[in-house]
Amino acid sequence: MNIFVCVSQVPDTATRIKPAADGKSIDRTDVNYILNPYDEIAVEQALRVKEAAGGEVCVISAGDDSVLNTIRKALAMGADKAVHLKTDADFDGFAAARAVAAYLKTANADLIFTGKESVDSNSGQFSTFLAALLGINVVNIVVKLEISGTQVKAEREIEGGKELVETTLPAVISCQKGLNEPRLPTLKGIMASKTKKPEEIAFSGGPSSTVITELSKPPAKPAGKIVGSDVTAVPALVELLHNEAKVI
Amino acid sequence: MSSLLIFAEHRNGKIKKSSFEAISAGASLAGSLGLTPHVVLTGDASVSALTAEAAGYGVSSVLTVTDSRLGTYANRAFATAVTAVAKAKSASVILFSATAMGKELGAYTAVHLEASFASDCTSVSAVGGSLKVIRPVYTGKALSSVDLLQPVKVLTLRPNAFPAIPAPAAAETEEIPVSFTEADFGCRVTDVVSSSGKLDVAEAEIVVSGGRSLGSAENFKLLEDLADVLGGAVGASRAAVDSGYRPHEDQVGQTGKVISPKLYIACGISGAIQHLAGMSSSKVIVAINKDKEAPIFQIADYGIVADLFEIVPALTAELKKQSN
Ligand SMILES: Cc1cc2nc3c(=O)[nH]c(=O)nc-3n(C[C@H](O)[C@H](O)[C@H](O)COP(=O)(O)OP(=O)(O)OC[C@H]3O[C@@H](n4cnc5c(N)ncnc54)[C@H](O)[C@@H]3O)c2cc1C
Ligand SMILES: Nc1ncnc2c1ncn2[C@@H]1O[C@H](COP(=O)(O)O)[C@@H](O)[C@H]1O
Repeated sequence: MNIFVCVSQVPDTATRIKPAADGKSIDRTDVNYILNPYDEIAVEQALRVKEAAGGEVCVISAGDDSVLNTIRKALAMGADKAVHLKTDADFDGFAAARAVAAYLKTANADLIFTGKESVDSNSGQFSTFLAALLGINVVNIVVKLEISGTQVKAEREIEGGKELVETTLPAVISCQKGLNEPRLPTLKGIMASKTKKPEEIAFSGGPSSTVITELSKPPAKPAGKIVGSDVTAVPALVELLHNEAKVI
Repeated sequence: MSSLLIFAEHRNGKIKKSSFEAISAGASLAGSLGLTPHVVLTGDASVSALTAEAAGYGVSSVLTVTDSRLGTYANRAFATAVTAVAKAKSASVILFSATAMGKELGAYTAVHLEASFASDCTSVSAVGGSLKVIRPVYTGKALSSVDLLQPVKVLTLRPNAFPAIPAPAAAETEEIPVSFTEADFGCRVTDVVSSSGKLDVAEAEIVVSGGRSLGSAENFKLLEDLADVLGGAVGASRAAVDSGYRPHEDQVGQTGKVISPKLYIACGISGAIQHLAGMSSSKVIVAINKDKEAPIFQIADYGIVADLFEIVPALTAELKKQSN
């Protein structure tokens, strides 16, 4: 089985986001980048499929040199090799998907894993872009996956329930929390990752179809009211929700 | 003249409320941009029963794509259908609700039409004849304004961020013929399992959430009772989910759902940055926590500093008393 995992890096989830001086991006000073939490699940699933069905797991990431850290984490978890689509330019999700699709077109991929979404852009679009560009199937937001031969049975999360989906390989699978518990890299894995040098391929970064014109903090909320500190506050709270906030 | 399409998602024979929100938003946007709006309905022959309600939110033209094979959801076929309608009507703007279905159809359609795509928008407006969209990023820790550079623009709109405005009108329907290939049905839904018919946290107008401090799955009954009197859903912090008190689908936050209900009641939730990321855009936030220093109070509109095991049942009782 020829398995790929697309990974992106995101600011550590505890980061307080500050807009940078350009007003369009974030201030990257003191920001620690990590492997997108959903991509950890994607790497784990790729490793499990390989362990069950044999084959090879290749991680792929488009971005500047800073993504090498993220790639290394995936290698340390146990991926066999990596591809870095390298660019110093700004790019949008469409451009990234095009670059990854161009690489995968010649790579004979059976199975491509992605995260459900990047917790920085919150787009959740990449997996479907990729499948549409490659003309293959996609199952998004997957919480359960069974593969036998080329047959795929998946459960995906939808509002208020789950959809059971059947499809065939080659396919893109976007992974949601609940699918598995990602393993931690072992010391051996970390040592081994140091010897696996990612293949570097130049990526122009374009063309993008969207551009961020402004990045701002959400408007600060005015200080709230402490209504009370015991049950006697309850009628007052109900009154405020009725007549002041008008939400009930 | 070019047009604006709004995809109407239906499940169990009903159009989703979030699609009505998208239709109302589309109606007003079409007016400002000078585009002709149409609602798009795809499915088997039974969708003809939905055209009247589809036309009830400000857009009377309803375009249908019907095929017996569209009775169950097949993502590629549905995307092919919307793409075909977009081409037939020279659509320049296509709206979906940002649901599991809408997000993937939007992305597919954008590739088919070489369009620009922006997902989960919370504000869409026409400024000087061009489209301006705002979407939260970094899980709500920042807002980004996005320019869509391609002539065709595909957007998904966050549920509960736009009002659904009823405007009853008779539907003018038109069937758009679409031919499908076998590959379009390469991925098919074989069954839908609903979580015991409960309301999804992402779709509810009122959410009552609990944290680690609830202490057990059974204690969440207190929050369910409160949610029931309010007609809302129950959410949870990651600590509550990781402790096994609630399923992951109820988790609110950076690695859970990002929601904007009208009212969010946080019970025994500290307000970690990853939790705030999921709910800080709620219209009104109530916090019940016994620690007055808990960060949740910094974003709460109303707070009660006390034991949730005393406050929550009292609140349920008070609301019940008033509704009688
Ligand atoms: C990568 C990553 C992703 C994450 N994603 C999410 C996410 O999506 N969603 C999320 O919620 N968290 C997320 N977290 C976890 C987050 O950092 C917090 O650990 C979590 O939100 C804490 O949950 P809590 O408020 O229930 O528990 P705690 O922080 O333990 O808070 C419990 C609160 O209950 C109060 N309390 C205790 N007893 C009572 C009582 N009887 N009455 C009233 N109040 C009481 C306490 O004062 C305290 O404030 C993530 C963390 C990481 C690292
Ligand atoms: N630059 C990138 N390189 C490789 N994979 C990516 C990149 N950006 C996003 N992805 C993948 O697409 C998923 C969804 O990202 P997004 O559509 O940006 O929310 C991520 O979880 C990754 O698996």
